[in-house]
Amino acid sequence: MKLPDLAELAVRNLRESILRNSLTTIGISVGVASLVAMLSLGIGLQQLASRRLMKSGLFDTVVVTSRRDLRNFGHEEDRNAPVPAESRILDEPTRIEIEHLPNVMEAYPDIRFITELRYDDKPHLTMVAALPASAQSNDAFDNVQGKFFSSATAPEAILQKSFAEELLGKTPKTGLDETNVAELAPPLLGKELIMRYARREAAQSAAAQNPQAKESAFGGDHLAGSAYSVVSREQKLKIVGVADLDPESMRGPTRARVFLPLKLAESLHVMQPTDLREISRASSDQPVYSSVSVRVKNPGGIQPVEDAIKKMGFNTFSILDASRSIQQFFKVLDVFLGIFGSLALAVAFIGIVNTLVMAILERRREIGIMKAIGASDGDVKSLFFAEAGAMGILGGIAGVALGWAIGQVINLGTNVYLKRQSFPPEHFWSVPWWLVGFAILFSFLVSLAAGLYPAARAARLDPVQALRYE
Amino acid sequence: MVAALNSSNNSATAIRVENLCRYYRMGETVIRAVDGLSLEVRSGEFVALLGSSGSGKSSVLNLIAGLDRPTSGTVIVQQHDLAKLSREELARYRLHTVGMVFQSFNLIPSMTLAENVELPLRFAEVDRNKRDGLAKEALTRVGLQARMNHRPSELSGGEQQRAALARALINRPQLLLADEPTGNLDSRTGTEIMKMVRDFNRQLGMTVVMVTHERALAERYAERLVFLADGKLITDESNSAGAIAGTADAGAEGVRL
Repeated sequence: MKLPDLAELAVRNLRESILRNSLTTIGISVGVASLVAMLSLGIGLQQLASRRLMKSGLFDTVVVTSRRDLRNFGHEEDRNAPVPAESRILDEPTRIEIEHLPNVMEAYPDIRFITELRYDDKPHLTMVAALPASAQSNDAFDNVQGKFFSSATAPEAILQKSFAEELLGKTPKTGLDETNVAELAPPLLGKELIMRYARREAAQSAAAQNPQAKESAFGGDHLAGSAYSVVSREQKLKIVGVADLDPESMRGPTRARVFLPLKLAESLHVMQPTDLREISRASSDQPVYSSVSVRVKNPGGIQPVEDAIKKMGFNTFSILDASRSIQQFFKVLDVFLGIFGSLALAVAFIGIVNTLVMAILERRREIGIMKAIGASDGDVKSLFFAEAGAMGILGGIAGVALGWAIGQVINLGTNVYLKRQSFPPEHFWSVPWWLVGFAILFSFLVSLAAGLYPAARAARLDPVQALRYE
Repeated sequence: MVAALNSSNNSATAIRVENLCRYYRMGETVIRAVDGLSLEVRSGEFVALLGSSGSGKSSVLNLIAGLDRPTSGTVIVQQHDLAKLSREELARYRLHTVGMVFQSFNLIPSMTLAENVELPLRFAEVDRNKRDGLAKEALTRVGLQARMNHRPSELSGGEQQRAALARALINRPQLLLADEPTGNLDSRTGTEIMKMVRDFNRQLGMTVVMVTHERALAERYAERLVFLADGKLITDESNSAGAIAGTADAGAEGVRL
């Protein structure tokens, strides 16, 4: 039989016992719906997690430190590397070199220092850190009050919430609700902070021009390297924003609570701890960085960048390894959710077998007639297959719609809950197109598989027996 | 093969049955439904198989129709040795070579008459646009053109059997096999159906084998009466009345479909 005829007859037969076939189709659609619901929950959660983690700037960031930095991250492979004393210095030319590696978006030095800030003539001591312009997309600034720096050199500051509380003389309440940034910000925005800091200034030194000075760095009785003096300076800063979260919340224990634009921070030449360590090697008054953060364009290509930087002779650290295990977790989660979804489909499978076997009993005579007037085994088999397949496709389409609707309802419900808990709404439910196609195809194939036995049984029916059956 | 159907060519053998046996096992006992039957039917002949119920006449018909396979013996229809055909080939044989009508009409209740009649064309994979015309033509031939879109349940028994006849000839088979075609009909509609079968035999040159237990009808229309009992042939006689009726306008029309 030709395919259009087959489809037409199948649909006609399905319509003949509309109630039973509808119930079976609903069974399939519930199965498909639960499969779609489970998988889209898994996919949605995964997307949510990776969206969050991507925004946190951890997955596209490689932290580069000099091997001279003894705060090693302890990578095994580094043991083959040159000993710390022989390795390269992390200075400006190196930073530019790193920035020109393929897939690197930017490489910026981590500038941080502890200093005193005066507000309303009261001194406050805190850690200050520089932020590159790209940090604006960081999710720490989702809820920022005020605005981001107007330029990379503007004498402006963004405060972390707890520092803002300190400036206003509020003690953070322990317990339930944290103070809302929206309440903290208005009295502070536009106000002035005076930052006192230690500026490193290059001194005129003969040794700085003497290349031999470097060689004697290990031996040294006499003065080596470049000399510089340290002077105390003040810088006025305008408060432009108050951030809810710490933009570098996961960057270790040295939490900064005041943030400056990167270029401004660089131009201040604030004395850094590394300056002391590298004093014997630095060839000029060029700054030496304790670490450089490298952001890649594509998080997938983070590994080659890491490798290239390692080859240059630096230590690197990224959260890639951690992210791998997270990805793996979600793969496992997807499989489990898929299995639960498939269980419902397995019930639907049995439903189809049952419906079609019943249909054979009911349509014995009809099958006998069709065979008597010339239908082949193949025709009868195809017809039952077509009926199973039609139920599968219809059930699949209805199931996807149902699963999508269930997802929307759950998403809505959860967001109402999140809103009540004063969290921002999240979209943790995702039905990608491939899942729609996959679910319908899967439903179709499962239904065909369910049709295998009934179809074979119908095809084998003895026409003489079938016609005798009344 | 269509050429072989002309009634002027009725010396050719349409059906040859040799030493045919069909046994059924019913628990411990073996039922010999057909027991060593030999029979030859010429092209264009109208043969009636007569006998009481259980004489094996329907079993013979099913074996000739290719619906059943013999326990032993051969059935050769239009050069097809049915025993040698695969299930698939047997289905094609039923589709193209044989048309069948039954006592209980056997129309599919969920389909309209037109759909019932064109069903064999679907199995034969005839183009959709040709099917409607052929179904209409066949239904017109049996006088049901006005009921094309009715379902079988809306029709009388005689009309249903006429529709079944239309379905039987839609694929232009050489052979019409009728199993008690008048069994469920009153005598007037039974006569009507018998006339129609005789017309197919004469005008279309179809070879007809009809199973019946109504001797009067058989004597009136069939050219040849074959009596069976216990699966064996008892008598095989030509029927002058039927033969005269059959030859009266033989060859006058030939194949018209």
